[in-house]
Amino acid sequence: MARIQIITIIINFIFIGYISRLIVKGKLREEYAVVWIVITFFLVLFSFWRDGLDFFSKLFGVAEPPNLVFTAFIFLIMIYLLHLSQVSSKMQKSITKLTQEIALMKESAEKNTKN
Amino acid sequence: MHLYRGLIIIPCFNEAASLADLVTEIKENLRGILNLDILIVNDCSTDNTLDIAQRTEAKYLDLPVNLGIGGAMQAGFLYAYSHNYSFVIQLDGDGQHVPSEIKKLIAAFEKTEADIIIGSRFLEKKGFQSSFLRRIGINYFYLINRLFTGLHIKDSTSGFRLLNKKAFSYAAFHYPDDFPEPESIVIFAKKKFSIAEVPVIMRERQGGKSSIRWLMQLYYIIKVSIAMCFSYIRK
Repeated sequence: MARIQIITIIINFIFIGYISRLIVKGKLREEYAVVWIVITFFLVLFSFWRDGLDFFSKLFGVAEPPNLVFTAFIFLIMIYLLHLSQVSSKMQKSITKLTQEIALMKESAEKNTKN
Repeated sequence: MHLYRGLIIIPCFNEAASLADLVTEIKENLRGILNLDILIVNDCSTDNTLDIAQRTEAKYLDLPVNLGIGGAMQAGFLYAYSHNYSFVIQLDGDGQHVPSEIKKLIAAFEKTEADIIIGSRFLEKKGFQSSFLRRIGINYFYLINRLFTGLHIKDSTSGFRLLNKKAFSYAAFHYPDDFPEPESIVIFAKKKFSIAEVPVIMRERQGGKSSIRWLMQLYYIIKVSIAMCFSYIRK
């Protein structure tokens, strides 16, 4: 086993450990964790299976195997970023609604104490 | 007999310098006219806008989080909706909108029975006309609004507006967060609300700073254009 393989495998396990810890502590919602676990699964897979990358490159007709890695990961990251924008848009909408409700409730509460 | 109950909504973000005078001016100008209440919406100002709002006799809403003028207006619409007002008037807190001109909006409301009355500074070209660059922007919005809605709204960025019950009840649940004015015209036109424009006189802001400066102006134009486009496509 090449040295770089051992390094990536170790890093992968640390990464998985960290994600699990975040989930256990309730700091990361499972729905986001799914993406990270799937990504680390692929990282682990290719760390063990060195010829895997060549195999998939040939399958997709990519001349240089590293290019497949870059393309795949950039694509994944873009999709994930879009997903995050979507999540934050939804969050902003909820915050707007909550803020307005709170302002209206404060107003009626103050009116009640005055009367 | 006054059959109408109107609400003047003043959205404020750091308008401490002009707010007190503005409220006094509204009261002086509208004494005895219709049944008008004033609602100040403090959009989480960092100066003492809230203090000043509390000292006036006006009603006020205090937003705990800054939402932008659209979010603040929407809070006002929700208030009007739950308190059963018959129309609302938006009057910006910076003093650009002259309280005595409110009568013109109300007169037009009674005469035309349009759902939305927009006070325009360009119909008679009197009073403060905004800077040259801004007028180019406003002309641009005139053109794309015409494209999307077929309406000829000369001053689509004007926030000096009257909305009847039908219009504000809808806006209470569908209103853009920031830079809402040009976009809301598309939204209202899609709902087939009738929109009329009346000439009003505006003046220069009396204090505070415009929320749309420098590069923000470019961002404003792009963001609003995209938003208008999608409001047009949206069902």
